[in-house]
Amino acid sequence: MPSENSSGKGRGLTTAPLQTNCETFSLQLAGAVDGEELDPTAKSHFETCLRCQAELAHYKKLLRALASLRDQRLAVDDTLVNEILLALQPGGTVHRLQRLGAASRSRKAAYIGGIAAAATAGAAGALVIASRLAARQRLAS
Amino acid sequence: MDSNRTNELVAAAKEGDHRAFEELVRETYADTYTLAYRLVGDEEDARDVVQETYLRAHKGLKKFRGDAQLSTWLHRITANCASTFLGRRGRHRYDQLSEDFELADDVPDRDPVFQADLGDLRSNLVAALMELPPKLRTVVVLRDIYDLSHDAIATELDISESAAKVRLHRARKRLRESLYPMGEEQAHAV
Repeated sequence: MPSENSSGKGRGLTTAPLQTNCETFSLQLAGAVDGEELDPTAKSHFETCLRCQAELAHYKKLLRALASLRDQRLAVDDTLVNEILLALQPGGTVHRLQRLGAASRSRKAAYIGGIAAAATAGAAGALVIASRLAARQRLAS
Repeated sequence: MDSNRTNELVAAAKEGDHRAFEELVRETYADTYTLAYRLVGDEEDARDVVQETYLRAHKGLKKFRGDAQLSTWLHRITANCASTFLGRRGRHRYDQLSEDFELADDVPDRDPVFQADLGDLRSNLVAALMELPPKLRTVVVLRDIYDLSHDAIATELDISESAAKVRLHRARKRLRESLYPMGEEQAHAV
């Protein structure tokens, strides 16, 4: 995407290296909006690049809009309060967050159990094969 | 609730007064739910995160020294619970917030020009937030909406401060690109 540099000779369209600069400094611009330190190269680029200055103005609007969300409260029914208070009682309701942890633990136990069963079956199979081979060798001799 | 009343309730709750803790829950649960919903993007999941938040808050109340506001302390616990939840869920959902989701409370910005632009911008912003990957969304919500420090965010998400900053910058960039796509014409127009 071409950009325009106000300090360039005759205010012409920028060339490829400047486009690269805009992209290179793009993430720094996202930090500069709330006063993060800039390296001198990025700083001098932002001071002269109209495209980056326009982006910075957008970032400022974005941050104001984000901050304005702080005062919003999403509507939630008051049964949530009762759920919270019930959960706080001794032996309170186990909610899904805890159940997810328990499910993960039981899946792990089932996985280990499965491996153990498979290993036992394998060992038993190997014993049967070995005893059959031994029996054949005895018959052959 | 004014801060003196909050401090009284916290002090009483620390002494084992269940009524005081109950009142704190009633005063703060809508705010906690709003944050939880913004972090996990699902109503049922948010309710679970809120429950876990208050369980942890109840257990850890004695450690709350009052250096920060109670709301900030609760936000940090919520962030930690939501992060744990998203990790345990093992996959991340990208549920869109409905455009007409209900708002219970909204304090208007005093700048009338900004307020005029804000309506559309805010609904687009909420939708754009929900399209972010949870790792990016979490950081931008905590920093730019709830004003948590980089240090606090890094601690609660168990990442380095520089990683938190990189995620924040990426999240802001994506939001900016989504809300203000810069075409060639726009770039030349400025």
